[in-house]
Amino acid sequence: MYSEKVMDHFTNPRNVGEIENPDGVGQVGNPSCGDIMKITLRVEDNVIKDIKFKTFGCGAAVATSSMVTEMAMGKTIEEALQITNKSVAEALEGLPPAKMHCSNLAADALKAAIEDYLKKQNA
Amino acid sequence: MRKVYFDHSATTPVDPAVAEEMMKYLTEHFGNPSSIHAFGREARKAVEKARQQVATAIGASSVGEIAFTGTGTEADNMAIRGVAYANRHKGNHIITSAVEHSAVLNCCKQLEREGFSVTVLPPDQYGRVTAQQVADAITDKTILITIMHANNEIGTIMPIKEISEVARERKIIFHTDAVQSVGKIHVNVDELGVDLLTLSGHKIYGPKGVGAMYIRKGTFWHPIMFGGGQERRRRPGTENVAGIVGLGKAVELATQRMHADAERLSKYRDRIISKVLEKIPHTILTGHPKERLPNHVSFCFRFIEGESMLLMLDMKGIAISSGSACTSGSLEPSHVLTAIGLSKEVAHGSLRLTMGKDNTEEDVEYFLETLPPIIERLRAMSPLSEGCNPCACSTCTVHEEDHHHDHGEIEEEF
Repeated sequence: MYSEKVMDHFTNPRNVGEIENPDGVGQVGNPSCGDIMKITLRVEDNVIKDIKFKTFGCGAAVATSSMVTEMAMGKTIEEALQITNKSVAEALEGLPPAKMHCSNLAADALKAAIEDYLKKQNA
Repeated sequence: MRKVYFDHSATTPVDPAVAEEMMKYLTEHFGNPSSIHAFGREARKAVEKARQQVATAIGASSVGEIAFTGTGTEADNMAIRGVAYANRHKGNHIITSAVEHSAVLNCCKQLEREGFSVTVLPPDQYGRVTAQQVADAITDKTILITIMHANNEIGTIMPIKEISEVARERKIIFHTDAVQSVGKIHVNVDELGVDLLTLSGHKIYGPKGVGAMYIRKGTFWHPIMFGGGQERRRRPGTENVAGIVGLGKAVELATQRMHADAERLSKYRDRIISKVLEKIPHTILTGHPKERLPNHVSFCFRFIEGESMLLMLDMKGIAISSGSACTSGSLEPSHVLTAIGLSKEVAHGSLRLTMGKDNTEEDVEYFLETLPPIIERLRAMSPLSEGCNPCACSTCTVHEEDHHHDHGEIEEEF
């Protein structure tokens, strides 16, 4: 039911964990639906230097979280904001239809983390 | 890699002895049991032998009380709707429990749409409803009580005998779905005191696509399917002869094996329960600790999600199942787990392990070695932990309303 790419990211998730004293934190989801994603960022000169995730969720939720960290790493804030849930799913060679809405929130978590970073910058 | 099948409540392999019996009725004895000639008579003989095997296994006093069906779900539909329609002139009230299989619950839901009124009894924390609850729910319009014998998700055995005493006293027809209990624990329709009972072939090393309904003589019932005269017009349609033969053989073998299997598997069950609770913190045993199927173990592991756990165990060759939303094809976690009072969050971390006749002590030890590191790994990956309420965190956009359910392509209503 999952693509090889999804299984690869599920089995060997990239960038698992939490950055200490992060520049930005984003968390989306809902425990009652069974998916929560938390992303922490370290940003230097407008570039994402480090990104880590923690996820409570199914195989697709773990894989999309891992993929979004891989996609965002090294990108500028503007570039990272271009990443969408759809592009994450595409990079994973698709997700089962039932998972497209429920477990595909990783780009939202990234966006929330970036917004948190920007808010702190402006504060 | 070691392969361990621990999902016998989902389905079982067909016993080679069962398959052997069946084969003859696919090729050599292919006749239609309704035919008069020798081909037909051979098939008829086989169907009637299977009927006797089922009747004997569940202690039915007459073979005429057994009707073969296509599945357990079909048998449940026949039992529940057949009684409801036939007794409508007496009343429109049905009593069931919140932990029934979907075959029963959704059948009751449909009857509700058709004007029946349904009381769904809430179970206790172990998934049991009491005879007293049933007695209190009875009205002068009650025509049917349907309560399962053993629960598929949490293994809890219901006090069917006590409930049937209430039903009998108030002269109300009583049905039990015994799909999970037949072949695993003692099932006798007279001792249980039920008027209808349903069972299925593929849970007891028989083939898929065959089930049976027991209906006590004198029970007021109408057919819900119409056609030829097969199965005394209770279930028209040419008999699935090979399937029926398989069910007959399977139920006979299961009954013979039952006590030895139950003794061995309940030891494994109790070892798994005590070891897992000892080794893995934040673990909840679901279902009754004692009054449960001998082959059935079920837990909820907090802070992790069931599908991830299932996939990781699968990669280690262990097949189990979970009641998490992601494994059910719907977006909601198991209705059984929420009915016994678990939060949705906890219900998402459920695991069900159901053993069978071919499982060994080595399988059990392999599971006990394999599970803890998987749980540990998933917990390390999870943003949830004890004392951490994700919704209280200032940067969190977690929201209580369901952000995606309105897009859900799958409709599931419980």
